[in-house]
Amino acid sequence: MSQDTKNYYLPAPSLWPLIASISLFLMAGGFAMQMNDMPVGNYILIAGVLVFTYLLFGWFKEVIAESLSGFYNKQVDSSFRWGMGWFIFSEVMFFAGFFGALFYIRTFTLKWISQSTLVWPDFAGTWPTSGPAATQALEAMAPWGLPAYNTLILLISGATLTYAHWGLMKDNRKQTIIGLALTVALGALFLYLQVHEYAEAAFTMDSGIYGSTFYMLTGFHGLHVTMGTIMLLIILFRVMKGHFSSKDHFGFEAVAWYWHFVDVVWLFLFVFVYWL
Amino acid sequence: MSTTTATHHDDHGDHGHPTGVMRWVASTNHKDIGTMYLWFSLFMFFFAGALALGIRAELFQPGLQFMEPENFNRLTTLHGLIMIFGAIMPAFVGFANWMIPLMIGTSDLAFPRLNNMSFWLMIPAAILLIASIFVPGGAIAGGWTMYPPLSVQNPSMAVDMSILALHILGISSIVGSINIITTILNMRAPGMLLMKMPLFVWTWLITAFLLIASMPVLAGALTMLLTDRHFGTAFFDAAGGGDPVLFQHVFWFFGHPEVYIMILPAFGLISSIIPTFARKPLFGYASMVYATAAIALLSFVVWAHHMFTTGMPVAGQLFFMYSTMLISIPTGVKVFNWIATMWKGSMTFETPMLFSIAVVFLFTIGGFSGLVCAILPVDIQVQDTYYVVAHFHYVLFSGAAMAIMGAVYYWLPKWTGFMYDESLGKTHFWLTTIAFNITFFPMHFTGLAGMPRRVPDYALQFAEFNMISSIGAFALGISQLLFLYVVIKAIRGGKPAGDNPWEATEGLEWTVASPAPFHTFETPPTVK
Repeated sequence: MSQDTKNYYLPAPSLWPLIASISLFLMAGGFAMQMNDMPVGNYILIAGVLVFTYLLFGWFKEVIAESLSGFYNKQVDSSFRWGMGWFIFSEVMFFAGFFGALFYIRTFTLKWISQSTLVWPDFAGTWPTSGPAATQALEAMAPWGLPAYNTLILLISGATLTYAHWGLMKDNRKQTIIGLALTVALGALFLYLQVHEYAEAAFTMDSGIYGSTFYMLTGFHGLHVTMGTIMLLIILFRVMKGHFSSKDHFGFEAVAWYWHFVDVVWLFLFVFVYWL
Repeated sequence: MSTTTATHHDDHGDHGHPTGVMRWVASTNHKDIGTMYLWFSLFMFFFAGALALGIRAELFQPGLQFMEPENFNRLTTLHGLIMIFGAIMPAFVGFANWMIPLMIGTSDLAFPRLNNMSFWLMIPAAILLIASIFVPGGAIAGGWTMYPPLSVQNPSMAVDMSILALHILGISSIVGSINIITTILNMRAPGMLLMKMPLFVWTWLITAFLLIASMPVLAGALTMLLTDRHFGTAFFDAAGGGDPVLFQHVFWFFGHPEVYIMILPAFGLISSIIPTFARKPLFGYASMVYATAAIALLSFVVWAHHMFTTGMPVAGQLFFMYSTMLISIPTGVKVFNWIATMWKGSMTFETPMLFSIAVVFLFTIGGFSGLVCAILPVDIQVQDTYYVVAHFHYVLFSGAAMAIMGAVYYWLPKWTGFMYDESLGKTHFWLTTIAFNITFFPMHFTGLAGMPRRVPDYALQFAEFNMISSIGAFALGISQLLFLYVVIKAIRGGKPAGDNPWEATEGLEWTVASPAPFHTFETPPTVK
């Protein structure tokens, strides 16, 4: 059973890919119905989410079992690293699309709308704005309250995660657990404050372009923080079970990369969505 | 699940040959998954081709013959979407699956299960797209580019289904690309240095990069479209401070790399075929690699040449005009190298070679008409005319699709173990090439004369050319049935192919048996 590093690793046939396909089909179909006022869509959507959750548990359980049984040689480890790196690159491009939209609107569109004096003669085109047809004044989000605290929280969480990593490198499980638990707690605190901010906000997603870009960017970031927190929590459980050693802990590193990526996105958000 | 896992792995390295339906739905084998991709692509090719024949039937004569204008728009939209995302792209992924592990001497892709997921995600997307034809409100009709405000205002559920289908296809593409890129970077046999890889592998490495960089941007554009439709955002609504032109920028930031996603692997395919039948190594290998990379990088800074008439500062228009023209330099390097490869070669003209030569010739016509379209003042004349339709069919049909057909003939002996029927293959080639030119060459004339695309009726002066195009289109469509017949015939039997039917001098794929065994290169070969 020992892996000869000269041989390639080939997994056995698996039904998980088909289950993934079914879950996405249910989610997409259900969502399309739900958006078009067909109530049955809600149930299909929920069924899709349930199948997807089952899939995540099942597939990752299988992969973790394979990893613990020592099926993964150095080459597989290296493949995982390349794969995670390119996945994060794709996420970077996803956010780049929304940031590009924000910059385009702020640099060009508002100027051009304000110059078209025939339709909206009174529109100044200054940021932040709910657009020329808005009927009430926009109360934008102030950067130096909650958002600044959230910046601090995420920066500290990056440090606690590194502290956990140092513990792992020294095979000091207690330090790893403390670091990870702190990181999870900070992630959860961030999310709590973000929900609070949304609840208190004086504008919504349909408050023109400011609300649109604000909720799209911070919303997708929040979704990523949620996923990152869940991933960190699972890594925490795996550390407690003793799944990782100082030499073999790619699962930990992948989640750490992801967390730092989410952290960096937030810094851009703080500067360009809240501050400037 | 863990117990079943353990038993699965007891026979690791010797899984045998799974049979029945489980062989396909649970596959972790790159050859089986490649086969599924190729069949899926062929099915979609016929489906979207049938839609195109609907378009040509309506345009056979001026006036409205068969359908409402709305239905005509649905046909053009679905034809575009399905040909791009359902036929061309999956075909290239099928080739990548089958050939890349064989070419770099590895047993499979880096993540075989994710590979199967990439394929099986195509199915729900295809079902959503095809089912959207039958929902109340009718299929998406705003063109494959889905520009707002039309696509925001169209109340049909089909628009949402198409958007979600494209999201799923995007996930499939990104996962597949990460898989391919990781395979190429990490799974090469010892001695298979990057600069020794077959050019098809190189073009896919670069294509996978383009996909990972551009598909998420499409996802962003589609998400904004969806929230504008249903959740009250104002990204593309000037009254709310947004801009419909913003969608075009974000879409084409994806869309132009997408164009090269559909042609770079085709370049790789004919770069494999031409040296074999010219019996000479590929001329200028390194310059081919650099030219491919240059085309890919340039593809990110040319997008707004699709939008010269939608409004943009002159500085922007000039920048995008010159950057677009710049692409013809690396492309010219490639065309030169293919011709130089054939120069003084001992050429023979089997079907794959015929297709490859036709691609070099006809793609170059498409490249030149692209250069014409890149010139700003000319483009303002030809935007949204049949000249553009002619241009992109010369690059996408006689570039991408015909390279795919040539490559199918080239590797069919390796896949099936049997030679295809050469005379039928040549017949298919000549029918396709002639019918293709009858269909699309007249569109240069109708387009320059001002016939707008995506309109079911036209002025009487265009009647003759449209009749010629329609006759050509039906000939082209029917000719492809011959292709299906030749492929099925080769699968069912024929002259045994032998390991290296083309006396190819290069390529690890020719060192394994024909048909290629279920598992190949379980221990990596050493490349000199």
